[in-house]
Amino acid sequence: MSQAGLTSAFWALGRGTGVVALVLLTVSVVLGIVARSGRRVPAVGRVGISDLHRTAALTGTGLVVAHLGSLLFDPYAQLRLVDLAVPFLAAYRPLWLGLGTLAVDVLAIVTVVSLLRHRVGPKTFRAVHWATYALWPMALLHALGSGTDAGTTWFRGLAVVCAGAVVAAIGWRLAPSYAGRGWTRQHRRPA
Amino acid sequence: MTTAPTLTRRLLDGAGTDHGAHLARYGVLPRLSRDDLLAALTDSGLTGRGGAGFPTAIKVRAVAYAPRRPVVIGNAMESEPLSAKDAVLLGRNPHLVLDGLETLARAMRARRAILALGPEVDPGAAFAAARGREVEVVQLEGGFVAGQETALVNQLNGRPAIPRDPFTRVTEAGVGGRATLVLNAETLAQLALLVRYGAGWFRAAGTTEDPGTSLFTISGSVGRPGVVEAERGSSLRDVLDPAQPLRPSAVLVGGYHGAWVRTSDLDVRLTRRDLAAYGASVGAGVLHVLGTDTCPIGFAAGVAEYLASESTRQCGPCLNGLPRMATDLARLAAGVRDHGLPAEVQRMSALVTGRGACAHPDGSARFVASTLDVFRDHVAAHLEGWCPTPTGRPRRSDS
Amino acid sequence: MTRLHVDWTRCDGHGSCSELLPELLGVDEFGFPVSRSGERDPAVPRRDRDTARHAVRNCPLMALRLYDADG
Repeated sequence: MSQAGLTSAFWALGRGTGVVALVLLTVSVVLGIVARSGRRVPAVGRVGISDLHRTAALTGTGLVVAHLGSLLFDPYAQLRLVDLAVPFLAAYRPLWLGLGTLAVDVLAIVTVVSLLRHRVGPKTFRAVHWATYALWPMALLHALGSGTDAGTTWFRGLAVVCAGAVVAAIGWRLAPSYAGRGWTRQHRRPA
Repeated sequence: MTTAPTLTRRLLDGAGTDHGAHLARYGVLPRLSRDDLLAALTDSGLTGRGGAGFPTAIKVRAVAYAPRRPVVIGNAMESEPLSAKDAVLLGRNPHLVLDGLETLARAMRARRAILALGPEVDPGAAFAAARGREVEVVQLEGGFVAGQETALVNQLNGRPAIPRDPFTRVTEAGVGGRATLVLNAETLAQLALLVRYGAGWFRAAGTTEDPGTSLFTISGSVGRPGVVEAERGSSLRDVLDPAQPLRPSAVLVGGYHGAWVRTSDLDVRLTRRDLAAYGASVGAGVLHVLGTDTCPIGFAAGVAEYLASESTRQCGPCLNGLPRMATDLARLAAGVRDHGLPAEVQRMSALVTGRGACAHPDGSARFVASTLDVFRDHVAAHLEGWCPTPTGRPRRSDS
Repeated sequence: MTRLHVDWTRCDGHGSCSELLPELLGVDEFGFPVSRSGERDPAVPRRDRDTARHAVRNCPLMALRLYDADG
């Protein structure tokens, strides 16, 4: 393949993995809210929802890694290693790219703590998991701000669908009818 | 040369806070090696006096060989409202309890020796006696469950006084992550005596399976309530008689987590085996006499409500089930003629048993089930709309 | 003998475990798991071990653990 061809391939891979990762992370956020509610979903059950939430999250994370890798190797993208970890230093659209970098940082912490949750205990796991509510908007804004396809109709449509799903899920989460299983259960304080 | 205490006046004739007088009365506290102490405990057959009645030798052995220096704790939380024995013991004979802690701490090279007092225990004598001795005395927050082993360890670790999952035993990891031995204050006092006078002396009282003496707190419809000492294996009648029971209808043996024994059965011996037939155990020696002028269902409803309010609300079955039992028992007490109530209470008591991080639901269930069993005729009367208690209509004991 | 232990201070009646192990665990009226055998920590037969591990991983409150007990 020619140099130009290789560049295009990495670039395409970068875009593709980015888009799919965004979709999967959206699915993960929505399923996470469903799981937290303790509602039994027909056919898949609560177990199915937790498993899907986890699979979507891990697959999405894997795709984010691929997204980073392909853009790192694409000379056109001019991404340095430091841009993968430290936000807002990039040459191209530093703000929007930086949001992506920040999102990756948060994703890394959330992923590690989640995988080690049995060791860190429920309180730490929960506290760190809250960060996903910051993670997702950053990922979306990064996509809209620095994504190559951001201007296209299809991507805008996709972004609206994803945002709509998350907003609806959060709306449900905040409604009194949500009544999630009581993680906020207060133990009795001795007199 | 000191004279060994007699058969049943072993614990309460203390010398108070005067250490010199204490040593004059009981003699010098011997220093035992770990192995000698374990042998003495095994030979004596001492069991815990805090309620569970577990063989003390086994408990001590569990921490005696821990890789890091262990922590020894004297439990004087006295969380059971009907119990006063640990408070009385600490008031009259604090040095004996401290002796027990020091003996263990020295034998096992403990990192810390702590005497934990509940908020209802007058700490004056304990603090005074502890001056110049190798024990830390602390007064802690209370609550019915606060004296539970893991709750106590949690509090000493700076956390709320609520139990933790018993999967990790405190003898493996407790205060500061170290192997922790928690013994009731009275158990420590008994230990302090038997290391001085020997296992043979200890066994001269009580029975073969359950030797020694123990303290009993007698309350309720009696002329002379208070704390007495009696040989293990005494009959319930013999222990109660000096307290002058007044028109008793039944005796609650074991406190709010205990079970009822009818007046007709007062000759039952206070041993594990004999009491098992009543679903009861000696526990921490609480004997509450119910008079014929108190509606037992009303009394029980009040206790059940207290027990429900003392749930630390960590565990689903307990936080949901105990209020249900209390409400249903209250309805029975108030004369609600719902014939399904007794079965419903029984069902709930079975449902909460064994499903929690501590024995609070189990004990509460035991008390409630025993009430329905022993007073079933009284319950039947309530369901027909009348109360056999001479005061008339069914009503709660606090109305 | 492998046994399943519930940390009741964490369990919140979420219900994934009883879904996965219906023969071992029922659900009470408050949503909390009930050991069908009446044992506090029910024994897990060999054929259910993998599913039990799945349940342990899946419990969102990390309230479950498997351990080996003698007898």
